Amino acid sequence: MADTRQIRARKGPVTYFLRFFVIAYLAVLVIWPLWEVTSRTFAPTERGAEAGVAAFLERLQEPSVSYAFGLTATVAFWAVLINTAFGVGISLLITRYRFPGRRILSVLIDLPMSVSPVVVGLALVLAYSTGQGWFGEALEEVGIFIIGTTPGLIMATAFVSLPLVIREIVPVLEEIGTDAEMAASSLGANGWQTFRRITLPSIKWAVVYGVVLSMARSLGEFGAVKIVSPGAEFRGETATILIQNRYTNYEEPTAYAAAFVLVLASVLALVVVSLIRKEDHA
Amino acid sequence: MSIEVRGVGKRYGDFVALDDINVSLPTGQLTALLGPSGGGKSTLLRIIAGLESTDGGSVEIEGTDATKLPPQKRNVGFVFQHYAVFKHMTVAKNVAFGLEIRKRPKAEVKAKVAELLELVHLSQFAHRLPSQLSGGQRQRLALARALAVEPSVLLLDEPFGALDAKVRKELRDWLRRLHDEVHVTTVFVTHDQEEALEVADEIVVINEGRIEQIGTPDQLYDEPANDFVMSFLGEVTRLGGVRLRPHDIDLSTTPGAPESHAGVVVRSLRVGFEVRLTVEVEGHAEPTLVVLSRTHARALDVDAGSRVWLRPTTGATAVPVLDVATA
Repeated sequence: MADTRQIRARKGPVTYFLRFFVIAYLAVLVIWPLWEVTSRTFAPTERGAEAGVAAFLERLQEPSVSYAFGLTATVAFWAVLINTAFGVGISLLITRYRFPGRRILSVLIDLPMSVSPVVVGLALVLAYSTGQGWFGEALEEVGIFIIGTTPGLIMATAFVSLPLVIREIVPVLEEIGTDAEMAASSLGANGWQTFRRITLPSIKWAVVYGVVLSMARSLGEFGAVKIVSPGAEFRGETATILIQNRYTNYEEPTAYAAAFVLVLASVLALVVVSLIRKEDHA
Repeated sequence: MSIEVRGVGKRYGDFVALDDINVSLPTGQLTALLGPSGGGKSTLLRIIAGLESTDGGSVEIEGTDATKLPPQKRNVGFVFQHYAVFKHMTVAKNVAFGLEIRKRPKAEVKAKVAELLELVHLSQFAHRLPSQLSGGQRQRLALARALAVEPSVLLLDEPFGALDAKVRKELRDWLRRLHDEVHVTTVFVTHDQEEALEVADEIVVINEGRIEQIGTPDQLYDEPANDFVMSFLGEVTRLGGVRLRPHDIDLSTTPGAPESHAGVVVRSLRVGFEVRLTVEVEGHAEPTLVVLSRTHARALDVDAGSRVWLRPTTGATAVPVLDVATA
């Protein structure tokens, strides 16, 4: 790609105006609100107490808060794991095989991105809750409960973040083409060997990138999880639900502290992603 | 016979890529599949390799029916036009790939890789990544990789198509010499008649999904089966009632030779060592093309406007024109 820096070297009033505009926009929409959250996170726990990291940690040490973060981590872990496996599989299916309904599948995959997570949650409840839904009764008979339990939370989260992995891998698979894979098979490699030794190394960074993105999305998921979860303390209360509950219960400082942890996780994900991008283009 | 293709056909929707192809390719030979782009030659090669399925018929490789075998069981080496090297592996790892898949002992793999890199003159690049190689080097790497598994047949799909003219010529000579050393049955696809004539022992001309002619380069050039083969293998022009090659025309500046056609040079174009003359022959609708060597043209002192007499050289390959629509 051409280096655009040299073309844009001249700075006129328009440049300065645009620069001011963008900074102002970001400040009003992102920086100031986040700064408010951060400052309250480190605010003193009570009047006269010390502000800072100690206050922040004290808020997080509540058992219900650690439970919420533990649950969020578990849910995110499984959702990402499921999405990685299915994401790679579906991506291969879409790019490497021709079958009727391929384009419909490709459109359906984007659905979770465009449908509101609340709707996703409702749909899952309708399909799986005991006593109603298509599978509800059958599942109840075998003793599997999905709605209101951790598997339900994982399902909702996985549903919402699936496209992130696929949308990273599909373009890379299309770009690398099938020549190397065909060469490998003519050299005697079977399907699995070709995948592990040729395809996977080529899409490695796309997979990592997709995993990081869907991890970030999973940690922050609220809408779908809110519907599926009972949402009470120690019972399906994830970090995002905890933030909402505490905020409405006038325990704002705890809500801010938990929110800050989520912000931190997202920033970390962004840093990882930008490092990967650099690695990718090296 | 190393490869037996019987009744192979392939359709893509309404488009007939291959139509009832029957061909046998003898062991140890270098065969070219020659034809225009989209004529089906690459499809045939990919069907032999198992990278494409056939709609009907059978493919036999070294006496075993391979029609239903997946590519990894056919023991063929395949070289792609765009190299298809494994970008994330070093040159040595690329070559070792097929052997490692076959779980050969490490020492054997190492020795074989060293031997092959020597053969393709890439020994000093063993630890580089393919991105650090030139196009010609990458294609030699792809060849070494394909040869490593000691395939019963080596298939090359327009192997030099993506390279520039000079490298292409070098690699072509090199492929011929390599084949004389290694003697593996080799089939390569090309649309460049010069490449086919220069390198191949035998040429299969394919056009519009059908085989037009099979023969040695000499046979094809001297006894083309039809107009298509004749015009595809080289330039063709018309003189009197026959079609012949422009360099098979005798040109003289004086009348008198029997059966000669009088005409006037309307255009003279010099390209390197040759001179191409466009001659308006009396009684012809379209002009005749004559090619002379630069020295010959200078000796005869012909240029645009010269009056000349043309007749086919003795022993020229000439095909009678079927549609006698000469004005």
